Amino acid sequence: MDKNRIWQATGIQLLLLSVILCGIVVVSTGMGYIKLPFTDVVKIIIAKISGHSAMLRELDELFPVIVMEVRLPRILTAAIVGGGLAVSGAVFQVILLNPLADPYTLGAAFGASLALLFNITILGVYTIPAFAFMESVCTLAFVIALSSDRVSLDGGLSSGNLILSGIIVAAILSAGLSFLKYIADEQVAIIIFWLMGSFASKTWTDVTLTLLFVCGGFSVSLFFARDMNLMSLGDRSAASLGVDTRKVTLILLVTASLVAAVCVSVSGIIGFVGLLVPHMMRSLTGPDNQRLLPVALLAGGILLLSADTITRAVLPTEIPIGVLTALIGGPFFCYIFRKRQMTGQRG
Amino acid sequence: MLFDIHHLFFCYQEKKIIDDLSLSLEPGKFYGVIGPNGCGKTTFPDLISKQRSPAASGEIIYKGKPISRYSKKALSKEIALVPQNFYINFPFTAKEIVMMGRYPYIPRFSAPSSADLAYVEKIMDATGTSEFEHRLITELSWGERQRVVFARALVQDTPVLILDEATSNFDIRHTIRMLNIVTQGAREAGKTVIAVFQDINMAAIWCDDLIFMKNGKIIAHGPTKTVLDADIIRTVFDVDAKVCFEAYAGAKQVVFRSEP
Repeated sequence: MDKNRIWQATGIQLLLLSVILCGIVVVSTGMGYIKLPFTDVVKIIIAKISGHSAMLRELDELFPVIVMEVRLPRILTAAIVGGGLAVSGAVFQVILLNPLADPYTLGAAFGASLALLFNITILGVYTIPAFAFMESVCTLAFVIALSSDRVSLDGGLSSGNLILSGIIVAAILSAGLSFLKYIADEQVAIIIFWLMGSFASKTWTDVTLTLLFVCGGFSVSLFFARDMNLMSLGDRSAASLGVDTRKVTLILLVTASLVAAVCVSVSGIIGFVGLLVPHMMRSLTGPDNQRLLPVALLAGGILLLSADTITRAVLPTEIPIGVLTALIGGPFFCYIFRKRQMTGQRG
Repeated sequence: MLFDIHHLFFCYQEKKIIDDLSLSLEPGKFYGVIGPNGCGKTTFPDLISKQRSPAASGEIIYKGKPISRYSKKALSKEIALVPQNFYINFPFTAKEIVMMGRYPYIPRFSAPSSADLAYVEKIMDATGTSEFEHRLITELSWGERQRVVFARALVQDTPVLILDEATSNFDIRHTIRMLNIVTQGAREAGKTVIAVFQDINMAAIWCDDLIFMKNGKIIAHGPTKTVLDADIIRTVFDVDAKVCFEAYAGAKQVVFRSEP
């Protein structure tokens, strides 16, 4: 049956992506200011996991420290955040019935960062991302309320309205960000660097935090993947096929916002990953979310880790990752938007 | 009785859409709902399929139990809906869309059984959607898309089928084809069809009973043969018409003329 063939293809894709991801993790760990041979990297990782420190005896004793304390936390955080942003973007796209939605275009990322900067500059504390989460949910709710018209009860939210509302809200929030920068005095350089997104000096705490939330968010999304398929046909159709649309929408919105907020709180604003990855992967797997979500998770990890490795180890000076993803993602966004205009698709 | 509706009210933004509607519907019949624009004929099927909950007052009893006490899941095995407007922004294939009609019967993480697949194929052949089963829904014409959505509702295999101007995008050949499939389901499997029509003559040919609505109220309800006449057309639509039996159609037909 062709159904089985599709799943077989997805299985192969998942396997391939996992292998690529592991490969990039190892390769990028070796790359950087101090070059390490890949065999040493593998040796160090295996030694640390299995606890056989005897394997490390003939290596420079600095190498394990570089790998375990400096590079791996950053690399893993980048990969996890990439996966999280991709999954969160895919979920936003389905529940808003809009293939152009993502935490960045919807302004939710700005909301989260405003909350975090407020914490850092005014309160002087780096709190858990609960505050960022609340703010991103509020932003999202506001953007959705602003863009929804009463006429199309069933048609979802139109891309034009949604993106426009996102821009309006982001502009207001940007003013808030600018104000915080203004009053931050000597901290302003840190804020600017953080706003543009960065994985520099991440720790194992960041890895654990993101891993926890991204895995949780991914599991919830995957659990509702089939309901998401039905919801991508509109609320009315989904409801008549047995989905409690209100409940599922709420759960998924909260999940996706939480994942996005945690990612932003760790890495700053990194745009377009949530838009780009699900979009590209959808042409590979089709729109079935049961297949799309796992593929997008891995592909998002690969993409963001590659981008981070480019800024960290390939370019002569490190440029902020958010700048890089916007440089790649922006033109791609233009392309999608233009293509939709040309084919006359609604929305 | 399949449906017992008592004193149903529904307001939207201060405007009464459904105004004190009471009605009983029998199983195994093809009901046609007819009325002018804005008479509540789209809200009515939404209410009885629990798409909206009635505001303030009113009771809808389905199979002896209030509809509000059914879960969405349970209801999806009882009532299927073909909406008038729908947007599909994501490129599923036609077959994937039709297969979604079986989701209420398939556990969350299971693959469809061979019986499910066979049923989907049977319905897709009957509705003529199998010829484009592997094409993407976003690439199909509106008529073809609506046939796919129609097929999905049929695949749900429910005792009640609600059509909300579901044939509005079809050409005449497919309109006849779809309505025949639906009628066959009512005759042979005892299914109940509640269809909102814009075209009175189509309704007259296929429906057992007609329900005329105006301003959220039911003006007349009864067998097509007795209830359809020039008076009711004038009352409901405010236009003059001639109603006579047409032997070729095997039913009463309404003809209109331009104002002299």
